Amino acid sequence: MNIIVCIKQVPDAKDVRLDPKTNTMAREGVESIMNPFDRHAVEEGVRLKEKHGGTVTVISMGPPQAEAVLREAVSCGADEAVLVSDRAFAGADTWATTYTLGKAIEKLGQFDLILCGKQAIDGDTAQVGPGLAKRLNIPYVSYVRKITGFENGALQLHRLMDDGYDEVEIPLPGLLTVVKEINEPRVPSLKGKMKAKGLSIKSLNAEDIDADVESLGLPGSTTQVVKVFAPEFKGERAMLEGTVDEQVAQLINKLEPYL
Amino acid sequence: MDYFLTEEQQMIVDIARQITDEKIIPQRAELDEKEEFATDILNDIAQADLYGLYIPEEYGGFGGGCFEIVLALEQFGRGCVAIATSFAASALGAYPILLSGSEEMKQKYMPDVASGKKRAAFALTEANAGSDASGIQTTAVLDGDEWVLNGTKQWITNAGEAQIYSVVAITDKSKGARGASMFVVEDTDPGFSCGPKEKKMGIRASATCELIFKDCRIPKDRLIGRQGLGFIIVMKTLDLSRPGIAVLGVGLGQAALDESVTYAKQRVQFGKPIISFQAIQHMLADMAIQLEASRALVYAAAKHIAEHPKDMSKASSMCKVFATDMAMKVTTDAVQVLAGYGYMREYPVEKMMRDAKILQIYEGTNQIQRNVIGQELNKEYT
Repeated sequence: MNIIVCIKQVPDAKDVRLDPKTNTMAREGVESIMNPFDRHAVEEGVRLKEKHGGTVTVISMGPPQAEAVLREAVSCGADEAVLVSDRAFAGADTWATTYTLGKAIEKLGQFDLILCGKQAIDGDTAQVGPGLAKRLNIPYVSYVRKITGFENGALQLHRLMDDGYDEVEIPLPGLLTVVKEINEPRVPSLKGKMKAKGLSIKSLNAEDIDADVESLGLPGSTTQVVKVFAPEFKGERAMLEGTVDEQVAQLINKLEPYL
Repeated sequence: MDYFLTEEQQMIVDIARQITDEKIIPQRAELDEKEEFATDILNDIAQADLYGLYIPEEYGGFGGGCFEIVLALEQFGRGCVAIATSFAASALGAYPILLSGSEEMKQKYMPDVASGKKRAAFALTEANAGSDASGIQTTAVLDGDEWVLNGTKQWITNAGEAQIYSVVAITDKSKGARGASMFVVEDTDPGFSCGPKEKKMGIRASATCELIFKDCRIPKDRLIGRQGLGFIIVMKTLDLSRPGIAVLGVGLGQAALDESVTYAKQRVQFGKPIISFQAIQHMLADMAIQLEASRALVYAAAKHIAEHPKDMSKASSMCKVFATDMAMKVTTDAVQVLAGYGYMREYPVEKMMRDAKILQIYEGTNQIQRNVIGQELNKEYT
């Protein structure tokens, strides 16, 4: 089974601060990590490979620093790593991102399965997995919490729902987005770290993936972030004092104008 | 402080730290409370390739030495001394084979120990033989092509959880210490069994039981090295393993200091965080000084003994005494800093204090270590 796992480098949520002036996320000095849901996707890919054979290729769209999460994935059992990186990709929303990732994956050749985390903890859209499936014209199942079988070229799955789970089957090639209940990610192994250290990471730019420049990055995005702000707290607080009867009287007094 | 680790050594630290933070620390209190062996966590350690750190590459290991395993053990000790002990005990059981076993024996056992597929254990102590190893009563008698073992070993770490046991038994009573030999016993050997799990003060998530040999028959080639070499192998093994115990003290001391400082910054009394009081500051400062001095000594000793120098026993004993006495003191002080909260099982430091005590006792009491150091000094100055 040849598996592609899409991973993203995100700021560590334990360390997120907003710049009070610009209301944008302060990225300086904030540690970057692999999106936590993607760690589960990598783990599931490696487990499927260990069970059914094949390879796991991790792919990430991002700046050159995103190599760090690709190497982390390799140290945890992935075989190959691909960085999709170009200045032209900057500012992409999920529409432009799925276009770019789709083009890159088409370049990688044949695959049986694509795994994604259910969402990234920075954007929180949960759109890239399903969007990518649409771009590649393959079926997808989101919120997968368990893979129960692999028969007749299809995967049997449990999809997490609010009130339980659905039993679903998906023919391959297909795409899954996974929730954290699916597994417990392993820590890197020593041999994996050694391999990751020496691995040369394949890099693809806009030209390599034959992308239409108009569809990339900010110009290719159908949504724009106009403003990011923390909602202002407008409530007023007052402590009432005195006996219970006095406090009730004061409260009625305060509420009366609004009745 | 920066100890100038190589890139590979830093990798070992990073992996061990991640296992400690993500797997050990979240589970340690429950495992301690239930006195449950941490099989899953030890499997995580195995899958991260850390069981083979000190085993040569030709037997499937990483090819590191004492210092490499010390680096991993420091992190595990910071998380839970019980789990770290279970991991370390496998190395203790494997060292006799690595040090004195035949090539066939190493080929047979080491790859499985290196991969963590099988765990090892070391069996020396008996009811009447602890610090005084000459009191050993377990015997091994050659009967045709088999050794027949009889006797009982006591307080054996990993008993019941290990598949490979390095066992000391008397093969010639008339020769005293020179009449002891060492054998490999497998858990499936006929006549071998384990007693019930001991109830301990600390390191409760580790397995400690008796080993019972009742006409236990093993093939002739399970003798490690030659007949009569038992005590020499034991001494060499312990020289190599003691820095591993010492560094558990360092890891544990670090954990106790971390908890103490974090708490002292948060706890407010008399309108101020208690870290602003000199009484607390001085306690924390003393903890930090002792801790860093221990770390420096243990690292130095672990690197020094890699070359098997003449004063190996002294270096190994010195770091064991210093770092484990430190751990007892620092964990006791941590309970004092956290005071009422520290005494509660809801907070981690009472477990640290309980766990620290064993470090002064096992792999040679700290009194015996001082004997070793004293005797070495006596020899050095003649």
